[in-house]
Amino acid sequence: MERIDKVQNLIPEKPEFVHSNQEKGEAIESLKIVNRPVVKKDAAALVTGKSVYTNDLAPSDCLIVKVIRSPYAHALIKDINTARAEAVPGIECVLTYKDCPDKRFTMAGQTYPEPSPYDRLILDQRVRFVGDAAAIVAGTSEEAVKKAMKLVKIQYEVLEPVLDFRTAKDNPILVHPEDNWRSLCPVGADNKRNLCAHDVCGDGDVEAVLAKCDHVIDRVYHTKANQQAMMETFRTYTYLDAYGRLNVVSSTQVPFHARRILAHALDIPKSKVRVIKPRIGGGFGAKQTVVSEVYPALVTWKTGKPAKIIYTREESLIASSPRHEMELHVRLGADKEGNIKAIDLYTLSNTGAFGEHGPTTVGLSGHKSIPLYGKTEAFRFTYDVVYTNVMSAGAYRGYGATQGQFAVESAVNELAEVLGMDPTVLREKNMVRQGDKMPAYYGEVTNSCTLDRCLARAKEMINWDEKYPYRDMGNGKVRSVGVAMSMQGSGISAVDTGAVEIKVNDDGFYSLIIGATDMGTGCDTILAQMAAECLECKPEEVVVFGVDTDISPYDCGSYASSTTYVTGQAVVKTCESLRKKICERGAEYLGCKPEDVDFDGEYVTELATGKQISRSQIGNNVMCFSNAPLSASEAFSSPVSPPPFMVGMAEVEIDKETGVLELIDYVAVVDCGTVINPNLARVQVEGGIAQGIGMALYEDVVYNEKGKNFSNSLMQYKIPTRLDVGTIRVEFESSYERQDRSERSLSEKS
Amino acid sequence: MEVQFTLNGKKVSTEIAADTVLLNLLRDLGCKSVKCGCETTNCGLCTVWIDGKSRLSCSVLAASIDGHEVTTLEGVEKEAAEFGSFLAQEGAEQCGFCSPPGFIMNVLAMFRELKNPSIEEIKEYLAGNLCRCTGYMGQLRAIQKYMEVRNTAVNITVKKMGGGEE
Amino acid sequence: MLTIGNYVKVKTLEEAYELNQARNSRIMGGMMWMRLGNARVKTIIDMSELGLNEIEETDHVFRIGAMCTLRQLEEHEGGLRKFYGDGIAESLRHIVGVQFRNQATVGGSIYGRYGFSDVLTALLALDTFVELYNGGTVRLSEFVNRKADKDILVSVIVRKSKRKFRYESIRQTKTDFPVLTCSVVTGIYRGQESWFFSVGARPMKAALLEKQWEIPKDATDEQLTEYAKRVAAEFTYGSNMRGSAEYRQHLAEVLLRREMRSILDEYNAEEK
Repeated sequence: MERIDKVQNLIPEKPEFVHSNQEKGEAIESLKIVNRPVVKKDAAALVTGKSVYTNDLAPSDCLIVKVIRSPYAHALIKDINTARAEAVPGIECVLTYKDCPDKRFTMAGQTYPEPSPYDRLILDQRVRFVGDAAAIVAGTSEEAVKKAMKLVKIQYEVLEPVLDFRTAKDNPILVHPEDNWRSLCPVGADNKRNLCAHDVCGDGDVEAVLAKCDHVIDRVYHTKANQQAMMETFRTYTYLDAYGRLNVVSSTQVPFHARRILAHALDIPKSKVRVIKPRIGGGFGAKQTVVSEVYPALVTWKTGKPAKIIYTREESLIASSPRHEMELHVRLGADKEGNIKAIDLYTLSNTGAFGEHGPTTVGLSGHKSIPLYGKTEAFRFTYDVVYTNVMSAGAYRGYGATQGQFAVESAVNELAEVLGMDPTVLREKNMVRQGDKMPAYYGEVTNSCTLDRCLARAKEMINWDEKYPYRDMGNGKVRSVGVAMSMQGSGISAVDTGAVEIKVNDDGFYSLIIGATDMGTGCDTILAQMAAECLECKPEEVVVFGVDTDISPYDCGSYASSTTYVTGQAVVKTCESLRKKICERGAEYLGCKPEDVDFDGEYVTELATGKQISRSQIGNNVMCFSNAPLSASEAFSSPVSPPPFMVGMAEVEIDKETGVLELIDYVAVVDCGTVINPNLARVQVEGGIAQGIGMALYEDVVYNEKGKNFSNSLMQYKIPTRLDVGTIRVEFESSYERQDRSERSLSEKS
Repeated sequence: MEVQFTLNGKKVSTEIAADTVLLNLLRDLGCKSVKCGCETTNCGLCTVWIDGKSRLSCSVLAASIDGHEVTTLEGVEKEAAEFGSFLAQEGAEQCGFCSPPGFIMNVLAMFRELKNPSIEEIKEYLAGNLCRCTGYMGQLRAIQKYMEVRNTAVNITVKKMGGGEE
Repeated sequence: MLTIGNYVKVKTLEEAYELNQARNSRIMGGMMWMRLGNARVKTIIDMSELGLNEIEETDHVFRIGAMCTLRQLEEHEGGLRKFYGDGIAESLRHIVGVQFRNQATVGGSIYGRYGFSDVLTALLALDTFVELYNGGTVRLSEFVNRKADKDILVSVIVRKSKRKFRYESIRQTKTDFPVLTCSVVTGIYRGQESWFFSVGARPMKAALLEKQWEIPKDATDEQLTEYAKRVAAEFTYGSNMRGSAEYRQHLAEVLLRREMRSILDEYNAEEK
């Protein structure tokens, strides 16, 4: 049990539980498997290109499913003639809005009742953006389906769209005028005002404090929509099993949410749906929305035949779930000495045609930016989330925090300029520190926070004092450094739930069954590492299975940086009860009392006599003349969401004549508690930073004046290559609460 | 129409359409390592070798490979696993969707062309292989460590050979 | 989506030309761009077995076969680099990736006369001709403005001459389409010192200007800026998602000046 305590102790359950660094260091030192770079369990299969992804596994007799997409940003379908298309040899069905249930649902992968409004149908008579689904065609071959798609005749009544999100609120043109639109949670939504969410919150009298400030920075920042651009596009295949149930194999981050959403979409009982997640080729939040699943699901449900959809890259870029475009108005007040007294933030967020993750992402733009400054006397955070006729936004790494931090951190840098103060010094003066209460972060207290050490270390790494503010390189180019801070959460407090089950098998190997979704991040491995640590065995003695909603215990899925923290806690709890059960069973076989034995991972030993029975023997005994299985299952949900922190610094070279900017060096120092697997954590942060670099420098979703998306290929939507990211260097300054944070925020653009 | 070519060392003869794309043909022939990531020649996931040179199978007409040699990851599995283990040590295979097919194929092609590439040469050679998970740094570390180990191994072999002569 | 009815690997140029006269026939280059279109091609003509994949050097010219890949040209260690320095390789190495350049052909790139073409910009500034199957050998600067027809581009010929050559481009990501491409070449042409300037990705296709300027070797930055401005102003520019017309003209001024400066520096270094 000692080992469990050690792992457990790294996760204080009570907020006041804080270890000294020395104690922490010792605790980590004695860990055998956790905090070690173990190779991912699926690595060998992945690097030799085995068939493990959705499209590799799909049966060859699947119907090919494709979606006919609207060429208009806003239109009503007056008539659809499918007769000629249906006559094409090989065509199984052409489905229109007339074939879909008229019950609205949301595709957002969130815990029920979802904060995202129920504003969708699988197919709707009203199309709301260029690329919105107008009809579904399924057939036995790609060629037949493509041919049939051209023969479906759709008559549209073209309507004026709302394309500028600044004019959407209370615009006479409504994106969702329908009466069966509904919002399940009190998020301030009103479809008759194009509002997906609205709120005002605050602490103290922000206007009064700002009025007294010597300096008020008043700026508006605009962040664009960005694509997750995971290498594997959205894809799903479906089939009916022997029981007539809808089986769905999908590249998803949220299998359990997908089950519920599909039941809602098809208006069938949840018991009729099973969702299986194979290996995923990246997600980054994109697959926290059920983007592709409904189309083959509807086809299979209607025809009884297996069906698959593989999104083209173009579809993945024009009809998906990108980051919310936001406009952020920051007012930041400080005294002459640079003490930041008040922050007032108004965020306008563009959710596009549908409300997926609209009401929730916007919250992070304030709740994860304002609390970075711990000494403010007042804050106010107001937001509107509006519907427009562009593609619906969704969840993307950072989940709104990115946008808010870009704005607030840019304003702080501008304040430093006004004060004539080094921006790192300004931050040292104002940053949130351990023990601070964060009124803008739901009143939580930072029980562990090494943001100060992160900043100090980052300055050393980039050699800030020598490079700030800039150096003239003499050839028309200057080099300069910039800084920004960031924070995230660890799961959604009091909502996210993760459960796991561990079974003891013959010869005593363990099966760890999880509902958390490894999307390349390595959570299967990390959770197995944690189990191996707690059960005192080798990681290879723990086999991992995930995810099948028929088998896996419930897990909300992999998002909100929750997996290692929330599901990890469930692993620890499960191991604890399993060890108890192993002791009981061992004692029973040894013929003594459970309290008289000890389990060291290999043997259950009667302490008084030294008599032993091995785990292997116990495992085998359980399978013969046994009336009880040997397994345990526990769940975990946290009332708090301890934030990880980061400081990022960038050195860039700017050609003053051409404006060309080259990223030279990016350093990041991260406080994410104890690192479970240093390699995987480092790669997570490096990958997040590269995406931030892309967002800051290269990536942009561009629409024309009619709402057509020009950024519809990787030829036009430019994610960074390895020549574009400079050098990214990451270190960890661990504080004590633990979570493996997978989210990283925007890199600073000097 | 019919094409005959050598796939991973074995003669293959198969019926195709004039516009069949090599990527699709290879997957149909069971080489599932070959992935499609973009359709517009930008991502490098579909990289295979044609007559030993890295090419984008999404943009090759299957008809044009008649009489040529095609190599996919399945054909260099041992080498891929060897380099892949360095990738895995860094946790840099991540989701695995870009690394095994395209990235590893092009890394192995690079080592056939360049003996000891510099960091800049590595970055340039592999610029056509996009990865969205890793930020590329872990991939670079893996390549550098692989080169170190390989060079040490070569040195040992050379020394042994030298020793034999004495 | 591109659909193709027949695929023919031709044995002779004549056969290729005959087949290509049909309205729905196409010559296959690297298939990089054609595949992205929506064409319905009846016959696609593969010329890969006509021996057009070599770079041949004679006493007077470099003859680049139409089926040479961009990578072959980039890696060419022969006389091209000796004559024109790293400029040729510079005009190729930013194009997507090695795999792409192993496939895209010089013939396809030049025949397509694409707006974004680096290699067209570079070759246009040199003393370059295209050899057509039926239309004889014409200057690239003339060919670039011709409408696409049914003739076949057989090879690209760069005449050997004592020239200084510079190539630069501005891009957002390093392997993106260029925001602007720019080449400067100078040397004695018909007995007179001449400067050739080509600017591409304006975003329209590259165009060429020739100036019989005798720019003093010790020209000041101000003088060069003046020259560069005059040249840049003679090209037209447009706006697209990668940059505005104004930005492009500004970039052209900067790059032209830098390339001229670099050439003058080389002259001055040679004299020492």
